[in-house]
Parts: sequence; C-alpha cells; structure tokens
Amino acid sequence: MRGFITLITVLFMAFPALAEVKIKQVTSPGGITAWLVMDQSIPFTALELRFRGGTSLDAPGKRGAIHLMTGLLEEGAGDLKARPYARELEALAASFGYDSSSDSVSVSARFLSENRDQALALLRDTLLAPRFDQEAIDRVRAQVISSLKSAEKDPDEIAAATYRRLAFGDHPYGSSGSGTISSVTALTRDDMIAAHKAVFARDRLYVGAVGDITEQELGTLLDNLLLDLPETGAPFPGPAEYNLSGGVTVVDFDTPQSVAVFSQRGIERDDDDFFAAYVLNQVLGGGSFESRLMTEVREKRGLTYGVYSYLSPRDLVATYRGGVSSANDRIAEAIKVIGEEWAKMAENGMTQKELDDAKTYLTGAYPLRFDGNARIAGILVGMQMQDLPIDYITTRNAKVEAVTLDDVNRVAAELLDPEGLRFVVVGRPEGLETTAD
Amino acid sequence: MIRALTILGVMLATALPVFAQSNKELVTSFKLENGMQVIVVEDHRAPVLQHMIWYRNGSADEPHGVSGVAHLLEHLMFKATDNMESGELSATVAANGGRDNAFTSYDYTAYFQRVAADRLELMMRMESDRMVNLRLTPENIQTERDVVLEERNSRVENNPRALFGEQMNAIQYYNHTYGRPVIGWRREVEELSLENVLAFYRTYYAPNNATLVVSGDVDPEQVRALAEQYYGVIPANPDLRERARPQEPPQTAARRMTFKDARVAQPYINRSYLAPERNTGDQEQAAALYLLAEILGGGTTSYLAEQLQFENQTAVYTGAFYSGQSLDPTTFDMVIVPAEGVTLEQAETAMDDAVAGFIKAGVDPEQLDRIKMQLRASQIYARDNVDGIANRYGRALSTGLTIKDVQDWPDILQAVTGEQIIAAARDVLIPETSVTGWMMRQEEVSQ
Repeated sequence: MRGFITLITVLFMAFPALAEVKIKQVTSPGGITAWLVMDQSIPFTALELRFRGGTSLDAPGKRGAIHLMTGLLEEGAGDLKARPYARELEALAASFGYDSSSDSVSVSARFLSENRDQALALLRDTLLAPRFDQEAIDRVRAQVISSLKSAEKDPDEIAAATYRRLAFGDHPYGSSGSGTISSVTALTRDDMIAAHKAVFARDRLYVGAVGDITEQELGTLLDNLLLDLPETGAPFPGPAEYNLSGGVTVVDFDTPQSVAVFSQRGIERDDDDFFAAYVLNQVLGGGSFESRLMTEVREKRGLTYGVYSYLSPRDLVATYRGGVSSANDRIAEAIKVIGEEWAKMAENGMTQKELDDAKTYLTGAYPLRFDGNARIAGILVGMQMQDLPIDYITTRNAKVEAVTLDDVNRVAAELLDPEGLRFVVVGRPEGLETTAD
Repeated sequence: MIRALTILGVMLATALPVFAQSNKELVTSFKLENGMQVIVVEDHRAPVLQHMIWYRNGSADEPHGVSGVAHLLEHLMFKATDNMESGELSATVAANGGRDNAFTSYDYTAYFQRVAADRLELMMRMESDRMVNLRLTPENIQTERDVVLEERNSRVENNPRALFGEQMNAIQYYNHTYGRPVIGWRREVEELSLENVLAFYRTYYAPNNATLVVSGDVDPEQVRALAEQYYGVIPANPDLRERARPQEPPQTAARRMTFKDARVAQPYINRSYLAPERNTGDQEQAAALYLLAEILGGGTTSYLAEQLQFENQTAVYTGAFYSGQSLDPTTFDMVIVPAEGVTLEQAETAMDDAVAGFIKAGVDPEQLDRIKMQLRASQIYARDNVDGIANRYGRALSTGLTIKDVQDWPDILQAVTGEQIIAAARDVLIPETSVTGWMMRQEEVSQ
C-alpha cells in the first residue's frame, strides 16, 4: 500500500481541531482558585488537588515522614477510625487516591453527583482531621518497610537509588521519599502531625475539577473543603545541584539482565528552547517505536525490549534521562550504541523528515491525552503548577509547529552532551567497569 | 493503607478487575458475512477513537513444544506485508499522531491503535492488510526472538515473583496449556522458527476468528461500511476448528511448593485453587466467586484484612483474586504476606483458619450491600472510559462469552446472595485442587 503516503498528506490537512476543552477559572468566595471543565454527560466529578513540595519537605532526620503520612490519610479521620472510615467510603462509592512525589502530594478524588455532599464531607475530614492512630501508623509503617526491603533487592530500584544518590547527594532529590528502613522505623505520631502541617497549606495548592459540577457549586465546594487549611506550610528547599560527570558506574547484583539508567544535564520547562528540546527527544529516544534509540538498539540489533529517554524538568533541577535493560552479555553493546546515537545527534542533528514526522506525531497525539475526567483534571493542575496560561491547550501545538530545523539542531548541539552522559548499571555486566563514581 | 505493595505487583496485574458494564445503548454490534464480529462503542465527547482487533487465539492455543509462538507472532505482526514495509504500520500511526500496540494472553491476541476520529479508514486498511499479507524473513525471526528473550529477561528472569508465579501455574495445570507461560519457556522461545510462526499465523489469522472493536467518536453505520470494505472482502478460513484445548483430569491431590531466590526480600504465600470460569448463559457461579474474592480479600474492609491485619497483626498484606474471563477453568488465588516475626507456617495456618471462620460465620449483609453499591456506581464511572468498555467486550468475545453475557453480568452480580457466596467458597476452596506456594529467601550461601 504505497498509496498510504499520499493519503496521509491529505489527511494531515483534515486533522480535526483539538478536543474542545473549555477551561474556566473559578475563584471561590473565600478566594481559592481552581480550573474547571464542566461536562454534565456523566453524573460524577473528578477533583484533583495538588500541593507543591511533596516529599522534599521532609524535616531533617525525618526522611519518609511525608510518604508515610500520605499513606495514612485513608486510615481514618474525624470520629471514624480506619475500618469504619473505609466502610463509609465504600458505601458512598467514592474514591480518594493519595500520592506523594518529590515535587508534590496529590489527592485525586472521584465522587458521584447523587451523594457529592457526603463524599466531600468525608474528604474534608480526611484533609483537616486525619486521625493518625498509633495502630494505623504501625500497620502502614510495616507495609512501607516491607516495600523498602523489597526495593533493596530489585535491580530497577537499586539503579534509581544509586543514580539519585550520586546525582544529588544530600539534597532531598538525592534520596528516596519513602525513607530508609531506619528513618521510617523511628517515625512517631508527632512526626505525622508535623508532616501533615508541612504539606497541606493554601499557598501551595492547585485545583482542577472536571465533570458534573457548576462554577457556583465548585466555588462552594472549594471553600467548604479547603478554606480551613493553614495559609502556609514548610519552607521549600533550594535548587538541587547536579553532580554527575560522564562515564559508567556499575553496581554488582546477581541477576541475569542488567538494568541501566542514564542521565545528563537537562533543560528547564520555561526555557525558550524547551519545545525544540522536546521535539529533539522525540526523535532521539521518545516513547515511540520510531525513535533512533529504539530503531538502533531494539529493531536492528535485538539488544533490548525497551530503550527510552525523556526530559525531566523538575521543580528544583532539570535533567535529561533514559533507561535500557539487556542481558549481562549484551548490555555493554547497548550502552555503546546509545552513546554513539547521542554523539551522532549532537554532531549532525536530525533531518527535515525526522523533524516533520515528530511534529506530526506530537501535535496529533496531544488531543489523545484528554480522555477522561480524571485525566483532564490532572492536566489542569499540571498546567497551573507549570504556570502556563489558561489558553495553553489551544496554543501548544503551534509552539511545536514553530520549531525549525535550525532550532532543533542548534539545541541538539548545545544540549546533548555525549561526554557528560552517565550510565548507572545494575547487574553483572560483561565488559563494563566503573569509570566514574 | 498503601495497597500496591511492590512485591505483589505481578499478581495484582494478573487479577483483572471486572469493570462495570456499559449502558447498553452505547453499544452496537453486527456480523460480517465472512463471520467477523464487529462491536461499536460510541462516545462523542472528544474526536478520538480506538480501533482494535481481537484474535481468538492465545498462548493456550499453541501446539506442544512451541510455547511463546503466539507472542512472538504478535511482535512480528509489525514487520513487512505485501503492501507495507517493516515498521510502516506503526510509523504511519505515529505520523498521524496516534499510538499503537498489541498484547497476547492465554486466550487472545489483540492489536490496537488510538487515533483521531477521522483516521478510521487508514487503520482498517492497514490492520486488514496484515491479517493475511504478512511477509516474514528468517532475519526478522532471529532479531525479534532476541527482543522477546530480553522481554522475558525484564519481565520474568529478573523478577523472582514472576519466576515463582510461573512455577505455581505449571503445577496448577496438569494437562491444560494454561500451565505454560504466555511468553513461553526460554528454551522453546530460543528455538522458534519461521515455520512455527507461519503455521500459527495461517491457522488463526482470519476474519472468522476475529472480533473488531471500535470505540470513541464513531458512527456505527460508517464503521459497518468501512468494515465491509476492508475486512469483509477477506475470505473466512474454512479449516478453522472449534477451540478444544487439552482439559484437566480430575485434580485429587493438594500440591505444595517452595521457591527460593536470593533476590527475595519479603517472603509470602500464594494459594491457588482451580475454579470455574464464566460460561455463556451460565455465569452465576463465577459471579459468586467474583464477590467472594471482593469480600474475602478485596481491600481494607475485606474479611482477611479484618482478621489478619486489624484484629491481630499476622500479616502486612492479604488479598484474594478471581478473574472469570477465561475460556477454560481459571484459578481463585489468595495471598498472605506475613508480618515481621511471623513464620510462613504460622501465616498459612492463620489464613486457613480465617477462611474456615468466614465460611462458618457467613457473609456480612452490609458488606455485600456496599460492594453491590460500588458495582452499580462503577457502571457510571465506566462511561468515562469507553475504551475500557470496548476492551471488556473484546475480551469476553475472545473467551467464549456473548454480547448478551456481557450485558447480563451486572444484573447477575446484583442478584448473588450471601448463601451462594458461601456455597461457592465450599465448592471451590478445597485442598484437592489447590497449590500452595511458599516464596522464600535463599539461605546465605558462602562462596
């Protein structure tokens, strides 16, 4: 079907307008701001709350406190201890999810229109009056420690932990937000209360709501749910310093397949060249089968099931990272090929066709992200945290389109640093030795 | 509570939750003359669609000695055809801003693309092309076999939980091909040939062995016209036989295994029982088992959690799992991760005592009501994810169920009584059909 090529050209022009996501900014009577997409076709609402700071706000010596505290939010609130609380939530058929990362703590709620007030009353207690009963602390702590023990023997986790430590040292980014077995063992109920105070404050709150709820209803909801949170929480840590030079660090671990992560300095989200870098990565190692890394390492040589790279502009440092896994006797070759592709792109850049294909993919794939209320609520919060304008969705593809071949190849030369690429390899890799610590 | 303990990732992933059913009016279905079933699930909120084809063949349909051939073929379906170059299908989907992928299971192999709503014809043209026009070379086989072996390394060899699961499964099934891993045994994958792959392809890749499922911003009449144009012209395979895999003999011996690996940090126990699956027109027992898994081990409020994590701290985690969507008999699984200082033996005794106590005490009617309320609500939430609804139909029609069975399922679940759940527990949770696996740390070895 050679005819596909012409067909595609025609279809490009017929590409539909982006999914119409009409975002409204809602400010509650009490002054809390949220972004809202109303969709009354299904009688439920997805509400996303995100608090900037995340596990990086752990107090000194209390590593893992915020992660454990987040895990305890569903262990009872107000008058309800853990089990009656869980039964109440079940009876309402609502779901409240909690997650902590190095940059934020998120609360993802989903509730039916028919019992919205009751669900939100329960969520309010959860945020404002969590119980932190000692028996719940002990129970959840045991689960966290069980996970930490497993992580010590998991090659992916070992690679991530080694990378973090080498790259960021004593900065919060340098250690796992879950803490260590000894730090988590030492945590007390007071630490949970302090962690709760550190995280949940209005000056670091971002809200997205999608579904069967009006502006007025959302305004009332915001005040009821969030107005009684304290104005401020723990101070944010300063930027992280990226300490890694290029080279290879091998961590000996007896397993048949070596797991490697790689990294170099990245680019900030608000850099003028961010979009050029984003397109660059799509061609080099972005998530599709067509990337250069996938073509060279997997499709041509069969060295791996998956190889990828991604820009990681976090709040306190920007890096450019990737990963690959290959059998112990093949990982050295995989790493060699990745290094060569990195250098080739830095030196020669990409072709006009590669740029065009990447743009078509990125602009076409963008509307596919908006598939479901919870997903959209998450995007709304992400946009606010990145300080993007409320009309960003309608302008984003134009920013991708505006990237020229000169831009992308200039950025390739400036950003890609083959000499500065560090590989952390966990396994028994043949023909690889540590060249950098 | 932190639910997804790292060590249980694999098990949780295989225990497919049964989502709520769709509202019937969203779903249209029809059959092409060559026997191909078509399902359309409409959602016009965004101009996107998912185009998906489910073949009614999976790893359990593989001949003896060539385990992994269904999955290797799935990988090779992205290579050249008479009309497309190797990789062209994915590249075309990507160049149209879409995403594509595929997956293989015991009972089915499925391929899908998510794209803008006006790209349906292009997807059908390419997907129908590779149904019959695949052109493979020996080099394709060699390279892709290496990729699959690395996939096996990532998913299984590097993961003691997966190795443990493979052994459990092999012991659970004496005779049925469910006892073999979907990805295949390493030795057999290494030996797979072009001939093995093509024989499988020619047998199973035909319109009368496939279900087409299109979901999203589509018009059923348009789907029908395009499906007739692209899939309707492919002749049915007249030699396709009814699926008949070797069945289990009566299982009359409780089996036990211990698995040791130096990479195990957290020991645990998995217990599996051979269990009936959902069958067409006969889903009541499966519905009772589904609710039994929820009540016994479906979360914080479940019986095992109450008894073993709250009343006393015997376990850090407990769970029960049942997936009824299976062509042949499936399993009912329970897991217990003992707390620090509790031996595996003590944990197993505590789990068995708890189950016996549950059967004696009967089902708490309030708990059953809450679960049924959640199931009703999940029908509302499910409408936010029509691809999920589409997948449910695709999976059901690949495992011997009909559209009517899928649509009857929510009401069947609502009608299950506490007595039926206890009866199902008495029928299924019996030692004779069970496997008990102990996942253990390797003792220190001096070198």
